[in-house]
Amino acid sequence: YHGYIFNLDKSQRGPAKRNSAVELKQLLVSIVLDSECDLYPNVTSDESYSLVVKAPVAFLKANRVWGALRGLETFSQLIYQDSYGTFTINECNIIDSPRFPHRGILIDTARHFLPIKSILETLDAMAFNKFNVLHWHIVDDQSFPYQSVTFPELSNKGSYSLSHVYTPTDVHTVIEYARLRGIRVIPEFDSPGHTQSWGKGQKNLLTPCYNGHKQSETFGPINPILNSTYSFLSQLFKEVSAVFPDQFIHLGGDEVEFKCWESNPEIRDFMKWKGFGEDYKKLESFYVQKVLDIASTVNKGAIVWQEVFDDHVKLQPGTIVQVWKFQSYSEEQAQVTAAGFPVILSAPWYLDWISYGQDWKGYYKVDPLDFSGSPEQKKLVMGGEACLWGEYVDATNLTPRLWPRASAIGERLWSHSDVKDLEDAYNRLTVHRCRMVSRGIAAEPLYTGYCNH
Amino acid sequence: MAASGLWLPLLLAAALAGRAAALWPWPQYIQTSEAHYAIFPHDFQFRYHSSSAAQPGCSVLDEAFQRYRDLLFSSRAWYPPEPTRKLHALEKNSLVVLVVTPGCNQLPSLESLENYTLTINDDHCFLLSETVWGALRGLETFSQLVWRSPEGMDAMAYNKFNVFHWHLVDDSSFPYDSYTFPELTRKGSYNPATHIYTAQDVKMVIEYARLRGIRVLAEFDTPGHTLSWGPGVPGLLTPCYSGSHPSGTFGPVNPILNSTYEFMSSFFLEVSSVFPDFYLHLGGDEVDFTCWKSNPDIQNFMKEKGFGSDFKQLESYYIQTLLNIVSAYDKGYVVWQEVFDNKVKVRPDTIIQVWREEMPVHYVKEMELITKAGFRALLSAPWYLNHITYGPDWSEIYMVEPLEFKGSPQQKALVIGGEACMWGEYVDSTNLAPRLWPRAGAVAERLWSNKLVTNLDSAFKRLTQFRCELLRRGVQAQPLNVGYCEQEFEQT
Repeated sequence: YHGYIFNLDKSQRGPAKRNSAVELKQLLVSIVLDSECDLYPNVTSDESYSLVVKAPVAFLKANRVWGALRGLETFSQLIYQDSYGTFTINECNIIDSPRFPHRGILIDTARHFLPIKSILETLDAMAFNKFNVLHWHIVDDQSFPYQSVTFPELSNKGSYSLSHVYTPTDVHTVIEYARLRGIRVIPEFDSPGHTQSWGKGQKNLLTPCYNGHKQSETFGPINPILNSTYSFLSQLFKEVSAVFPDQFIHLGGDEVEFKCWESNPEIRDFMKWKGFGEDYKKLESFYVQKVLDIASTVNKGAIVWQEVFDDHVKLQPGTIVQVWKFQSYSEEQAQVTAAGFPVILSAPWYLDWISYGQDWKGYYKVDPLDFSGSPEQKKLVMGGEACLWGEYVDATNLTPRLWPRASAIGERLWSHSDVKDLEDAYNRLTVHRCRMVSRGIAAEPLYTGYCNH
Repeated sequence: MAASGLWLPLLLAAALAGRAAALWPWPQYIQTSEAHYAIFPHDFQFRYHSSSAAQPGCSVLDEAFQRYRDLLFSSRAWYPPEPTRKLHALEKNSLVVLVVTPGCNQLPSLESLENYTLTINDDHCFLLSETVWGALRGLETFSQLVWRSPEGMDAMAYNKFNVFHWHLVDDSSFPYDSYTFPELTRKGSYNPATHIYTAQDVKMVIEYARLRGIRVLAEFDTPGHTLSWGPGVPGLLTPCYSGSHPSGTFGPVNPILNSTYEFMSSFFLEVSSVFPDFYLHLGGDEVDFTCWKSNPDIQNFMKEKGFGSDFKQLESYYIQTLLNIVSAYDKGYVVWQEVFDNKVKVRPDTIIQVWREEMPVHYVKEMELITKAGFRALLSAPWYLNHITYGPDWSEIYMVEPLEFKGSPQQKALVIGGEACMWGEYVDSTNLAPRLWPRAGAVAERLWSNKLVTNLDSAFKRLTQFRCELLRRGVQAQPLNVGYCEQEFEQT
């Protein structure tokens, strides 16, 4: 933070003119309880802090190191340079804590590989905006860049190329870099759909599709009827749960195409045998339940996309449902919470859906609790995630596409619901955007104007 | 010019006269020329000459190479160069260092020799020094000779674009540094110390463009889009009225005052001499009549001139006078389509730029009308690249056929080309390159290639590959669709 605050002035004007203003000499940081400095943040981590700025010593107090981090960011935002170039801060008293404990950004490294540098830069920007979850959608149909120690062929055959891979060191670098910023890293290994790339390195994992009686040479979702499938998944998730320290794993479960399953005679037999009839949702359910059990066995909580709930999969209490479909998302929130499950909201916050003009306002206006439900239901809304799917995004355009649009969501998830004046938000957000640019984050402009550097 | 985090080929001046002036401290002997060479950070390396007394392992120089690498390219990652890639004729991919006297582990002393010779020409990029200390001094000088080229020009050249239409000033700000009217810039720019284009900047852009066969078409848009001109030239803009009193706000350029035309005369005399292209773009779009209507002096003028309440005639009057001024400076002009739509009398060799998609008619119809009237046309309407949407819009851009309107061959011959527009309301150096490339490439092919080249599959394959090549050449071009490039973009 010393660098962020004082390196703003690159011209290094030397000792500032010492006028009669009083000097703030120190920021004293005090962590009241057990700091948790060596731990990983989790969804119940205490991010509260209080900040008293009064000469000669400002005082940042927090229960845990996580609050201290948030307070440092705030402190850095209070400092500005007056017309002489003197670093200045106004006296103030701040008591702060987040409205929602889960404030995330989803990045997609399967549609396009993101170099580690790009991910670390995103983590920096997240810290500037008080985001605390990196939802790493790490593999998908198009590529499998995660280098698995247990199944090296997955990335050997499934990545775009051998240099488009995240080694265990890379992954650890991301996790530690995030931790030092109070950011959780939640990996998503999405299945049974979205798994084309898995089949390249793991034979017999995906369902062979049929054209009538003949195999068509194409593959569908993971084959849910083979024991080998579940033994593979067990081993994979055992590894993943060790590599990623967060308490939660995202298991995906979205957009499962049934056509391939329907075409496969062995699967049809299985359906008969199980008494599922023609309802392939039951087969999907059968698969997802087994994966959820695997997650349970490795002591991880599970997050799933909303289809898993919509398709009536039996979920363990505490399974988090991520609501992503835009149509009627408020009703969806109501239904999920009525059934007693926690919710992460993403539906109105798909940042990959770009359009001309100031769309940040729409993101800002969303209220995650704007659905019909009891106070207990509302308590189940853990927060939300801005999603930047990677079909059209890679390191060339990720940063300007994410920021400052995601910043609007960052405030919505941190601040009180009353903080919603668009004009005030615009004025602050333009300054915040320039601040991000000066800190090396290529956040795009909100509108015409300029930054002072 | 605005600083940028974008990664572009750097230029090694051999040295360019202007750049050599930036050396500090000044060398004992320096011979320069206009020649310069491109450096691509990903491919560039500092190397030890085989006969050098200092070799890898010489910590002073090993570390210096890393330091200067970081200084020059701000990057800790270094990719080994592709051995098979052919070097471009005007490219340097290494600085070869030869140190004569061994001795890497000593300390510098009073007697240390720090002389060096740096030779950069078509045949060499070579640093020769007596000792490692001299090599250090030479490395520093080398780093001072490397500079960053202006944004985007190279990318344009890679796509065979040949006109840079520079919309320099508008309502929001006036960054053009005018020597005739310095107050324009001082009062109209966002920040006169940092957010201006000096005469030097403008010269550099024009020369850099020239070396790539790119014309610079400067636009000074009037009478609308001129709010930023007001503070620097009191009396230029029309004072708007609220009833019988001035409201304190201003509108378009005031067309009824002699002082307006005196100003325009002087201003465009400067512009005509600064910008060497035969054509100037004079704007003329989106003139809002409300302010003119409210102003009593203008109302009187309208009566006097017999314009009735048809403000298009007043607009016409202004533009005609302006066009005459500019013609007298031996310049041709390009104008936005409103000038044609509002029936302003223009010279037959005027070029009309079509930008409106549906009004007053569909742009295809507009092209027909303009060419029917005998004017040359430039198409931009379907190519507003600042209008972003989700998904691969490059194909719609690609499938536009500029000559797809009803007209004779003579009419079609009047379509001289088109322009991809990247208006700046939501665009600056943080997002310009990915927003422009490779989508503008679709426009480029449409304007260069044969009319029959329209196969989308082939275009997709080639454009995806070309996009990866753009990346390799340092253009921050965004992806067209899912996939990958051998060498992904990494911010330097």
